[in-house]
Amino acid sequence: MLRILHQIFRTGVVTEPLPEEIKAELDEVGCHLEKAIRQRFHRSLVIREVDAGSCNGCELEIIAMNNPVYNCERYGIQFTASPRFADMLLVTGPVSVNMEIALKRTYDATPNPKMVVAVGDCGCTGGIFGESYASLGAVANVIPVDAHIPGCPPTPVQLLLGILQLIKIRL
Amino acid sequence: MSATVNSLRDIILSHFGSSAVLCSGTYPPCIPQILVPREQFEDVGWLMKDAGARLAAEWGVDETLLGRQFAVLACFAREGEYILLRCNIPLEDPTFPSLSKKHTPAFRFERQIMSLMGLTPTGHSHSDLRPWIKHEDWPADAWPLRKSFDAAQRMPRVAGEYRWVRAEGEGVYEIPVGPVHAGIIEPGHFRFQAMGEDILNLEERLGYTHKGIEKRFEQLSWVEGARLAGRVSGDSTVAHALTYCRALETLSGTNIAPRAAWLRAIMLERERIANHLGDIGAIANDVGFAFFQFQFMRLKEHLLRGNQQLFGHRYLMDRVVPGGISADLQADGAAAIELELANLQTEFEHLVTIYDLNASLDDRLRSTGLLTAETARELGTVGYVARASGQGLDCRIQAPFSPYDQIQPRMVVLNSCDVHARAWVRIEEIRDSIRLLRGLLATLPHGEILIPLADVPPDSSSLAAVEGWRGEIVYWLQSGLQGEINRCAIRDPSSVNWLALEQAVHNNIVPDFPVCNKSFNQSYSGNDL
Repeated sequence: MLRILHQIFRTGVVTEPLPEEIKAELDEVGCHLEKAIRQRFHRSLVIREVDAGSCNGCELEIIAMNNPVYNCERYGIQFTASPRFADMLLVTGPVSVNMEIALKRTYDATPNPKMVVAVGDCGCTGGIFGESYASLGAVANVIPVDAHIPGCPPTPVQLLLGILQLIKIRL
Repeated sequence: MSATVNSLRDIILSHFGSSAVLCSGTYPPCIPQILVPREQFEDVGWLMKDAGARLAAEWGVDETLLGRQFAVLACFAREGEYILLRCNIPLEDPTFPSLSKKHTPAFRFERQIMSLMGLTPTGHSHSDLRPWIKHEDWPADAWPLRKSFDAAQRMPRVAGEYRWVRAEGEGVYEIPVGPVHAGIIEPGHFRFQAMGEDILNLEERLGYTHKGIEKRFEQLSWVEGARLAGRVSGDSTVAHALTYCRALETLSGTNIAPRAAWLRAIMLERERIANHLGDIGAIANDVGFAFFQFQFMRLKEHLLRGNQQLFGHRYLMDRVVPGGISADLQADGAAAIELELANLQTEFEHLVTIYDLNASLDDRLRSTGLLTAETARELGTVGYVARASGQGLDCRIQAPFSPYDQIQPRMVVLNSCDVHARAWVRIEEIRDSIRLLRGLLATLPHGEILIPLADVPPDSSSLAAVEGWRGEIVYWLQSGLQGEINRCAIRDPSSVNWLALEQAVHNNIVPDFPVCNKSFNQSYSGNDL
């Protein structure tokens, strides 16, 4: 137990301020954010992540958003197991034919008002997989999408920024 | 008793005599491809079983554009020795004798061949011919890997039902999980039959992330193919791109520069460390130890940032390309890696001590999720799943390619067969990868990193196997008459290891499933293709 406590104190807080180049933009978003999240989302934005057929690259970065360095919870962003508690769906793609029904059901199970963000080049356009017998391509081909975050995969900073900007637009 | 062990090739040739034909145009020369009569294809099953070989992969191929018919190929491996056995299949009678009676991995390989290529195995064990990857709402005659199938078409959904394995009796209940899971992970469906807290049976049903990757390869150029290979399973992007490129370079006779080979190995080991770090933390987290999750995530993040600085991408996507690599290590790169490794090692060893001395982790991880050595061998498992169950399999050691023939990895084999062993194999492999990285840096050659890819000869094929962080990845490439891609068959480690998870959770309690699953951490995308 002492070793664990020692390690915790030795490590300290490793959460970083976000990079300078986007900080100005973020500060602008950030000052709206607290108000927005408080008013619109009862103090926290709850996200349900849906892998609709990705290669799992985007999932790695969405998980990294939760690591202590990016610590997305500092903005009140949480991930939930159930779409019924979610304000936002974060969908990675391309949407496979075999996931189409599950994605639509997840969308229907999410209460209104809801936001959908298509993540990654494949979620935005279908990427290298394109559209075929097995792939329906972009997330927007299957459910309504409010914002796109391209990248292969998008970095945690790009993800955070994309989510925060959407909230700002929706204020 | 004779001490000499016959090669797999000799065993086949002496059994079949003149009815076996050694195929030409197959690479590398050390991996023979032997054609055997279709009606005797089942014989290769027991011959290879008796020889102690495992079925590494089995796939179908449509050779109508090459002026031939269908064929099924089976790849067997024994230590570092690989052999391909094929039987030709006429168009008017698309059936072949099943290997599943002797080789359990054939169970799903053949369901997949039937679902996607429309070749029916005869004498399949348990007569289980339910579609695999292909879901029940696809038209029954949709066989996407056939050349006559138009990849761009939209298939109509038809009515259909998947017949689950059932358990009945007083107190038996079912838990369906997925395809959308609770965490930030890939989609798949698990169906548990349970009594009280004990799992009686688990049946997996995958295929949700099937994106038509193997068909997509056939529309791409060889160079574009490397990008796609790097997206078969995003967490193994280096390993998949490397296996594809090795098969392609063997096929075309391209000899990459030594510096490129060294840097590829450096990337492969960095990918191994990053994924293992994430997994160890996640395993601890699944028994309620968030401390390790955050500590290990922090170390992983440092490594990813190192990748970004050194090679320009956090996961090293598109850095391994046909003919070499696309990003060179700068002059100060080696020193930067040395410093990074020194920090990583200190931090890592500190955490391992805490991990090792923690009694509650011991209590939860030991004897949980047992996969006996016998089952691991029987199921043809690979990677850390196999090594944690006493199987000495690592193709970096057994079938080494440059630079692993000079900088040799250490085989990590444990025998406790449980979640703890699967975590501890990762710990030892991180230690060994740090050692390998130092060795690779110390001997890093100077020179070119990328040379032009030589022309691919028409109607030829090649096989490559690479030990990614998850285990052995196999690619088989076949060129068409114009030297284009006619077939790219992929076997991710997940295709065999998923079957082992079903066995490992027997008699465990339902709440331990997540930690068992995490200790396997198989890829859905790599399995579903």
